[in-house]
Amino acid sequence: MSDTHSNTVAYVRDTMLPQTEPPLTEKGALKWLRENLFSGWLNTGLTLIALFIIWQALMAVGPWLLNSVWNAGSLRECRDILDGATGACFAVIVDRWHQLLFGFYPRHLYWRPVLALVLLFVALSPVLFPSLPRRLLTFTAIYPFLAYHLLWGGSVWLPIGAALGFVVGALAYIGLKRVNNLLAVFGAVLAPVLWWLVLAGPFDSTMSAVLPWGLEFVRSDRFGGFLISLVIGISGISLSLPLGILLALGRQSDMIFIKSVCVVFIEFIRGVPLITLLFTASLLLNFFLPPGTSFDLILRVIIMVTLFASAYMAEVVRGGLAALPKGQYEAADALGLDYWKAQRLIIMPQALKISIPGIVNTFIGLFKDTTLVVFIGLLDPIGLSNAIRASTDWNGIYWELFIFIGLLFFIFCFGMSRYSLYLERKLKRDHR
Amino acid sequence: MSDPVVELPIDRAIDTSQMKVTDEVAIQISDMNKWYGSFHVLRAINMTVNRGERIVICGPSGSGKSTLIRCINRLEEHQSGQIIVDGTELTGDLKNIDKVRSEVGMVFQHFNLFPHLTILENCTLAPIWVRKVPKREAEATAMHFLEKVKIPEQANKYPGQLSGGQQQRVAIARSLCMKPRIMLFDEPTSALDPEMIKEVLDTMISLAEEGMTMLCVTHEMGFAQAVANRVIFMDQGQVVEQNTPSEFFNNPQSERTKLFLSQILGH
Ligand SMILES: Nc1ncnc2c1ncn2[C@@H]1O[C@H](COP(=O)(O)OP(=O)(O)O)[C@@H](O)[C@H]1O
Ligand SMILES: [Mg+2]
Repeated sequence: MSDTHSNTVAYVRDTMLPQTEPPLTEKGALKWLRENLFSGWLNTGLTLIALFIIWQALMAVGPWLLNSVWNAGSLRECRDILDGATGACFAVIVDRWHQLLFGFYPRHLYWRPVLALVLLFVALSPVLFPSLPRRLLTFTAIYPFLAYHLLWGGSVWLPIGAALGFVVGALAYIGLKRVNNLLAVFGAVLAPVLWWLVLAGPFDSTMSAVLPWGLEFVRSDRFGGFLISLVIGISGISLSLPLGILLALGRQSDMIFIKSVCVVFIEFIRGVPLITLLFTASLLLNFFLPPGTSFDLILRVIIMVTLFASAYMAEVVRGGLAALPKGQYEAADALGLDYWKAQRLIIMPQALKISIPGIVNTFIGLFKDTTLVVFIGLLDPIGLSNAIRASTDWNGIYWELFIFIGLLFFIFCFGMSRYSLYLERKLKRDHR
Repeated sequence: MSDPVVELPIDRAIDTSQMKVTDEVAIQISDMNKWYGSFHVLRAINMTVNRGERIVICGPSGSGKSTLIRCINRLEEHQSGQIIVDGTELTGDLKNIDKVRSEVGMVFQHFNLFPHLTILENCTLAPIWVRKVPKREAEATAMHFLEKVKIPEQANKYPGQLSGGQQQRVAIARSLCMKPRIMLFDEPTSALDPEMIKEVLDTMISLAEEGMTMLCVTHEMGFAQAVANRVIFMDQGQVVEQNTPSEFFNNPQSERTKLFLSQILGH
């Protein structure tokens, strides 16, 4: 004790004890357990019941999983190997994984869908991560045509001709813009349509005659399995967002015609089950199309799935638009931004940010709904699992196939969900 | 000139050398009427604003002050009469509306900054996309005006990180970046805490000192007294009285003005 304090203060510690570790019961795992699982009679009881249930579940599934058979030619062989014990027979996956993933796509061409998937991530990266160089977006623009050619093959001039339609549209817009704005918009819509209807066909045939380039053609009925889910899901996702945004804007429009068309479309599509739309796609569209056109079934399904998801998307985006204060529109107007610039630079970035959870929800729903195409005869993974079970080798196998299919879907859906969380965190800028 | 009726919370001398009213007409409103449905909001408004004028508009809440100045840049549409801004008449013609909007700056009560853009981006957006100014040049201009409103160091922050007074000064800078010839203010200080009102008024005064044509809806009577060359009193959609500040405060003509002044000045 020092003398200076002893006169005025009875006791003051002036050499401090060093800090020590908390006692074992107040630290780390033990402390956490005590506070969270055993903090009272009720909690202790619930913890014990939960532990019992987990134990039971493990006892039921554990041996089945641990005893898995990975190499066998049929369910009978599996049972022989197991010899009465419980055990999963994942041999079916080893035997048939290629069908579950690719359907009846020619085996020597598997590299094409795989390459398309890899390139998909390259094409998506500049969209998903804005820090990447903007030049990559050129590849994103080319990707749909490239992916089409990789997947279906045939003449290389068909996708090039389709892509040229957009170039024609852009040229028409730039050319006519000097004359008149409205005329330019009309030209930008009309020119590509004319190109596709009139000139794209002859372009394809002449170019194919001169330079017969292209990959081996694969018919749509060879597509199946997870490949079909991905093709429909990804096309639907990337088309339904822009369409949904346009529908949401149309619904808010002052122009009564545009507004009513959008409202009727959204309410009709939302009021009808997807499966009826898919049946429409497989049966009815033939009546409406000119005779002689064989309109690919996968393409029809993509159109229907897109329309279906875009109606939901429109409502999700409308929710985001409604959440924006009126002052944002007014500030944009007062600065002289026109409607489309205000939408693109001010309104949509904020409205879409608010809508991210709903948008991703719709995406995930759409992706899983692709399994419904089994009802119109497309062999998606569920359809193939039925087909596999129909063979004598694998008659009677259920769980293993469904676990595998579920896992594949889970990976993609969980990925989307995690990305949306990342995006929400990154865009959180209001600091409130 | 008689004693100031109210104190201006600014402790510096105001330089009036540039505050000159010219003969050139900046805004001409003649016999203008506006309805919301069947509600007659603005009744037969006649008003001429010359270049260089600094006009304060006051009046009880709901009297149509906001509606009037929002008609001047067509945030609201009028139903009859004429509004001519800088020689351009406001009609349904979108070209004219865009032209007027890019000449007229507007500052709102609730700032209305774009929360997803940085302060600098807020200021450069319109010059780049409306005026087609190259990005670098737009940024230089933006920094110039941010310095003028005394917050250049906040340029890379987001609006949500700034105080109300700072946000309102950014809003003023954002308008100035479009190099407007007329500035409209709709109660720019009423959403602010007292200590922040001062910094915003200071910014507005320095704008006036540079000869900007200004229309301010405000109840800051000290500002009106010190800066305005004309005060307009509105009630129930009509211009009841307009006069120089000293006449307006010391010698109000109508009963409604007297009542309003006694309420707002607390005598
Ligand atoms: N969008 C609108 N629709 C209908 N009435 C409105 C609208 N905006 C304002 N009003 C009404 O018009 C009157 C004038 O409003 P405003 O110009 O905002 O008044 P001030 O700014 O003087 O307080 C008020 O009675 C208000 O209720
Ligand atoms: Mg108001």
